[in-house]
Amino acid sequence: MAIRRIFVANRGEIAVRILRTCRALGIETVLGVSEADRASLGARMADRVLCLGPAQPALSYLRVETVVQAALGAGCDAIHPGYGFLSERANLARLCEAEGVIFIGPTADQIEAVGDKLRARAAAEAAGVPVIPGGAAGSPQEAQALAETIGVPLLVKAAGGGGGRGMKLVEQAEDLAATMDMASAEAEAAFGDARVYLERYVRSGRHIEVQVLGDGEGRVIHLGERDCSVQRRYQKLVEETPAPHLPPATRGAMHEAATRFAARLSYRGAGTVEFLYDVPRDAFYFLEMNARIQVEHPVTEAVTGTDLIAEQIAIAEGRGLRLAQADIACDGAAIECRINAEDPARDFAPSPGTVSAVHWPTGEGVRVDTHIVDGAMIPPFYDSMIAKVIAHGPDRAAALARLRTALDGVRIAGVATNLAFQQAVLADPDFAAGGVDTSFLARFLDRAKVAA
Amino acid sequence: MTLTAADVDRIIDLLNASRFDRLSLEMDGLKLDLVRNGAAPVARPAPSPVAVTAPPAPPPPIEVATREAGLVEVRSPLLGIYYRAPRPGEPPFVDIGSRVEPDTIIGIIEVMKLMNTARAGVGGEVVEILARNGELVEHGELLLLVRPDR
Repeated sequence: MAIRRIFVANRGEIAVRILRTCRALGIETVLGVSEADRASLGARMADRVLCLGPAQPALSYLRVETVVQAALGAGCDAIHPGYGFLSERANLARLCEAEGVIFIGPTADQIEAVGDKLRARAAAEAAGVPVIPGGAAGSPQEAQALAETIGVPLLVKAAGGGGGRGMKLVEQAEDLAATMDMASAEAEAAFGDARVYLERYVRSGRHIEVQVLGDGEGRVIHLGERDCSVQRRYQKLVEETPAPHLPPATRGAMHEAATRFAARLSYRGAGTVEFLYDVPRDAFYFLEMNARIQVEHPVTEAVTGTDLIAEQIAIAEGRGLRLAQADIACDGAAIECRINAEDPARDFAPSPGTVSAVHWPTGEGVRVDTHIVDGAMIPPFYDSMIAKVIAHGPDRAAALARLRTALDGVRIAGVATNLAFQQAVLADPDFAAGGVDTSFLARFLDRAKVAA
Repeated sequence: MTLTAADVDRIIDLLNASRFDRLSLEMDGLKLDLVRNGAAPVARPAPSPVAVTAPPAPPPPIEVATREAGLVEVRSPLLGIYYRAPRPGEPPFVDIGSRVEPDTIIGIIEVMKLMNTARAGVGGEVVEILARNGELVEHGELLLLVRPDR
């Protein structure tokens, strides 16, 4: 069924991004906004704007019933959830299914299947996708046997812990028994639960993810990978494709594993399978699947020449996959840099306010996805990302040079941003060499502190 | 629905009879651009990947200025379908000329079968009802005008 009118249930740059593709496809748009976003760029672009509620997300963008009521009341035949907010809420997908509105995304069941860590891990194992080796260990003999399969270094983790708490590193196999005793006693004291389990320790890991598209009938293609290892406290700051210096066999195996995982779910729509790449072992492990369009999708679009939002819409219309795997060729390299309204000098505290003047760069291979124009408000209620600057070039060095030139041309007045910080990251010799791991940014920040 | 040639002829007649020089219509995936003879064609801005030249933010909507002074606007507390009466066929909660107290129910706002009551929030006399029965109202939409008690 051809979609004629889409309700965009999001804000910021991704709302603008979705509206742009809808416009190109001749699809009418209705944008749901909060009171704080009535004057946003998206609100000016949409054919119709409906205020969902007050600025606080819980009273507007996160209200499932209000969003569906708005879509129905405005005569929309589909809802695009963007990323964040309601994008991975199974109850939105389910309500859409019940009301006969197309949810541009996977089925409610698929969202639940990938949203539950244990179910997702089981599905990965069933699909023959590697997960991080580990498991529960009862007796010392069992633990010893398990440790031999896992190999050192390994982590002893408290079953009741989490978020980095209750973990102990074992470097030598002979230390295992003593460390487990200690960890177990500490876990009992800290969490009231003495159970521990073992897991392979990845000394140097990279975050590499694979973009997939599925038709919902079991056919899945991949559009290459993205390396998102430049992270601060699990927040991605720079993303690129292809992943630098990845052995070709590993790259191919990752693509195949992601495709297999999604095909097993008969996944529908655009999704991303995330892996932890273990650099010293040249191995990769399934982390999770994100059942939505991702922030960093433009780097994939740049090298593959696709419009992922348009593909999402085509799949939602029941037209299946318009591209075969053989049609996907990755041309050159692309790097994306997130510009956030946050102040690196104040420990990256959000810096909301009014952008008095802004200039975004243009140039060959340069793309800027943003909702920020002169006079734009950055409300304090939402994510601090205000733009993504993406550069594409025939190779990584060219893309990086273009990105650095592009960032030099950015002017943002009125709010503090991480622009200068990002310029420094891109100028770092390790980043320029490519293939940094997820602890790169922490080391970079430590060095900056020492130098200061 | 699609446009037939007769529809287009009729739209052209409407444009000709109007004081407008240009008509741009987008519906159901179809775009129709009509420019009256002699009118300067308006350049359509090419879609650009960078939004650098968007016009400044429009001012917040201002209600009609010719309205009687001192009227209080009663706005919808949430987005939903507005109903003037408790049930179809029953008399409306309030009508023009009705007296309301702050806690008088003035309508129902339905959000996915959940009925929420909207109250006047002011004491006085209803002078105008702007929201239409059974239609979607957004959060903060003007429902009715009340002449408050002096």
